[in-house]
Amino acid sequence: MTDQELIWRISGGSGDGIASTSQNFAKALMRSGLNVFTHRHYPSRIRGGHTYTEIRAAADPVKSRGDGYNFLLALGDSFARNPQEEAVYGNEEIKPLSENLDELREGGVIVYDEGLLDASEIPDFEERAEENDWHVYPLDLRGLAREQGREVMRNTAGVGATCALTGMDLDHVEELMRDAMPEKILDPNLEILHIAYDQVREEHDVDAHDVSVPTGEHDEEQLLMSGSDAIAYGAIDEGCRFIAGYPMTPWTEVFTIMTQNLPELGGISEQVEDEIAAAALAVGASHAGVKAMSGSSGGGFALMSEPLGLAEMTETPVVLIEAMRAGPSTGMPTKPEQSDLEHVLYTSQGDSQRVVIAPGTVEEAYDQSRLAFRLAYEYQIPSILLYDQKLGGELMNVPKSHFDREPNPALGNTLTEDELADEPHSADGKFHRFQHDVEDGVPPRSIPGQKGGRYLATGNEHDPTGHICEDADNRIAQIDRRTQKLEAIRADLDSEPTSAFYGPDEAEYGIMTFGSQQGTVEEAVDRLNDAGHSVKSLGVSDMLPFPSDEVEAFIQSVDEVLVVEMTASGQFRGLVQKNLGQYGEKLSSLLKYNGNPFEPAEIVDGFEAVVVEGDAEAPNHQTTFVPTAGD
Amino acid sequence: MSAFSAINEEREIDRDEYTPGVEPQPTWCPGCGDFSVLKALKQALPEIGRSPEETLLCTGIGCSGKLNSYLDTYGFHTIHGRSLPVARAAKLANPGLEVIAAGGDGDGYGIGGNHFIHTARENHDMTYIVFNNEIFGLTKGQTSPTSPKGHKSKTQPHGSAKEPLKPLSLSLNAGASYVARTAAVNPNQAKEILIEAMEHDGFAHVDFLTQCPTWNKDARQYVPYIDVNESDDYDFDPTDRVEAAEMMRETEESLNEGKVLTGRYYVDEDRPSYGQEKRAIGEMPEEPLAERYWDDDYEWERSYDRFVGKHA
Ligand SMILES: Cc1ncc(C[n+]2csc(CCOP(=O)(O)OP(=O)(O)O)c2C)c(N)n1
Ligand code: SF4
Ligand SMILES: [Mg+2]
Repeated sequence: MTDQELIWRISGGSGDGIASTSQNFAKALMRSGLNVFTHRHYPSRIRGGHTYTEIRAAADPVKSRGDGYNFLLALGDSFARNPQEEAVYGNEEIKPLSENLDELREGGVIVYDEGLLDASEIPDFEERAEENDWHVYPLDLRGLAREQGREVMRNTAGVGATCALTGMDLDHVEELMRDAMPEKILDPNLEILHIAYDQVREEHDVDAHDVSVPTGEHDEEQLLMSGSDAIAYGAIDEGCRFIAGYPMTPWTEVFTIMTQNLPELGGISEQVEDEIAAAALAVGASHAGVKAMSGSSGGGFALMSEPLGLAEMTETPVVLIEAMRAGPSTGMPTKPEQSDLEHVLYTSQGDSQRVVIAPGTVEEAYDQSRLAFRLAYEYQIPSILLYDQKLGGELMNVPKSHFDREPNPALGNTLTEDELADEPHSADGKFHRFQHDVEDGVPPRSIPGQKGGRYLATGNEHDPTGHICEDADNRIAQIDRRTQKLEAIRADLDSEPTSAFYGPDEAEYGIMTFGSQQGTVEEAVDRLNDAGHSVKSLGVSDMLPFPSDEVEAFIQSVDEVLVVEMTASGQFRGLVQKNLGQYGEKLSSLLKYNGNPFEPAEIVDGFEAVVVEGDAEAPNHQTTFVPTAGD
Repeated sequence: MSAFSAINEEREIDRDEYTPGVEPQPTWCPGCGDFSVLKALKQALPEIGRSPEETLLCTGIGCSGKLNSYLDTYGFHTIHGRSLPVARAAKLANPGLEVIAAGGDGDGYGIGGNHFIHTARENHDMTYIVFNNEIFGLTKGQTSPTSPKGHKSKTQPHGSAKEPLKPLSLSLNAGASYVARTAAVNPNQAKEILIEAMEHDGFAHVDFLTQCPTWNKDARQYVPYIDVNESDDYDFDPTDRVEAAEMMRETEESLNEGKVLTGRYYVDEDRPSYGQEKRAIGEMPEEPLAERYWDDDYEWERSYDRFVGKHA
């Protein structure tokens, strides 16, 4: 919880440079010593369509987007299509201003580009401003930029105006522009920045409102990073040098980062014909001795179902990442949701053996991307890293030292040719790749091209040499051995737990979540405890194998648990109950599936209403309450 | 020193090395054309000097996919239709391997058709053998993409209303740089074509006519066959794309009329393979990637050193 924070929202048209402007501004805030968190909202459209990015900045740690916001910079949408009110999506031109008013806090500041936006088109704008004590600054940002010859630089003018109105000096912004911009456009941009800054300070009363940039200090150097960055860097540090994929939002981010870097790292990236091929390529590359990955989002991951099963059956290590978006089918491509949990847990036929991990923060995304690779290669099993558009796309500051790690390119339990010579072989020289009795159920493997390692990998049930075999005893031995790996992995994970416990040990109530909602839940826990409640939280990352003991102990330690997740059917709560076989009477759900992640206040208010007061419904109609089984 | 000493090892190779010591679980019926592919491969592989442990045979699902049970190399018996993406990745990961993909007409031209088109288009350096018996063998005789129009089966009780797919023409148009057809009844030609295909630098597609006496009883046994490169009745230049296309068209049409034409149809030795193309633009390492994981002196770059500046 922060007493003093800036939540700055920059809105405009998709394709108007909102993303890069906001990224630089977020970095400037971070460099000034603040903690930052960004939240993106954008339509599934390339040009035009209202989009915004929010930056929350405070001296205290910020773990979520926060509730509402207090500073709006509304730019024009230069690609707006329909200026008519009656069109399906209404008048698009005015949306950067009109669509953002509902969430603006009382006392908030509005800067809008009067060169492009006409506030009089918004019904009751002035009345609403007065009622909410908004401080409105219409500025001709476009005109100002045009005077310097570059209309597109109106974003910079907006940043200059923001600094003037929030008491932020220009040093860090300038420094970043120097870092990021090519010579040719740097000078006019700097010019515009200063002119806007000076002009606003001269012509307006900048102290008429209470919104300002807080001051803070970091005790160590910070980086501004997204979950997608962290996942890619984790993969690279585990020696992953092969990726195959097919574009799909939002997984494309990781695919792109990897693809842009792998050639220089001496690796290979392949954009292929479809996701079946993508996963099959990753399996083929791994089989041939390279650390490999693929990934997709819901629909593309569905196509990977068969290659995933092939990797399980042939015990080929592979990492697949799944970036969830709102489904089913094409769903809402640019909106976050967590509803692919069951999809990744259960897709593919037969009794499956796989690992599924869902990181909760940017740091965890890096750590658990590495963990997914380590487990995949050490245990010869597919690992799936499950995340979503929210974690993938949000930028937040993380301590630089967290990433100061050594690489681990090890292939896992793989034999050298000398070692192979001492392993069991058939009389005709075939290596017993799939031996029945081996430690942790993991038989050492050979790689094609090695002398003495010849074997067959097949998706059919097979004997120790890999050959197709339907003998009943062999079947039992093989499936038991493959299943045994999951127990070994559970024990391995217990030695290095990934779950995030938060709040006082002795709390009366618990909130449980998984993946990307962790930070928001923790912020809600702080606020609830500040308000006199007694609450702690658990953010679970290991979806499979599930940390049953840990979760059970958490549930037992409190009177009641609210399970928070971005699904409509309570998939995570279902997973908990499936694994523990009970506690239906202790678990209730707070669900959100409208395309937006939770805001902390929705959890705070929801908790107070349904858990503390015993209401039958959540107070915010964008969320849904599902009571405990006993109710 | 290579971690894969079977690759490029200088030694005599005996064809028996490819024969499993234990008779595999029997799958192929007596008289099945698939035996001829096996035999031709066992002859061709020693001749090009590739041993069982430097060869990776990736198969699909079907009777044809059981080739792995009979040919004792490193093998990957994948899933229905997906042998090509698995195989081409293995080749990219370790170009030193002799990579062969094989499967049925249903596997390669039906369910895996998209991979076939794109692997040909990209011209991956590998050999792809399609066991074309014009039928789904393993699932008991349903109509396949290459079954002739009017072909009756349990799933096409009134005879297929579909024209058969033209695999040679498709392959050429998709971008394969070596396209041939041979037949089970023609062992010498089969061996020669497989040798050429494996030695070819690029995607070599061999449509191998394999009779299925069990389910395709009315189908031809692919005799008599005519070798279009040898026969005086045909005169075309397989390095000429237009002439090759015409010869393919005639071959594909005449098969339905009972005339079996075989031979090399298209050979383009100039087109760089995908690996060469990728290396030329700096997107693939010169040294086989698979070797790097065994190189104790290799310095793995840390993401920290590479990326931190961008995020500070
Ligand atoms: C995804 C999937 N669909 C269907 C099958 C069932 N199936 C196995 S082999 C096959 C067709 C075999 O025909 P073909 O590829 O021509 O091979 P052949 O047996 O004739 O050699 C089918 C449909 C399967 N294994 N997997
Ligand atoms: S069913 Fe046909 S293709 Fe299959 S093994 Fe028997 S003869 Fe060969
Ligand atoms: Mg067939």
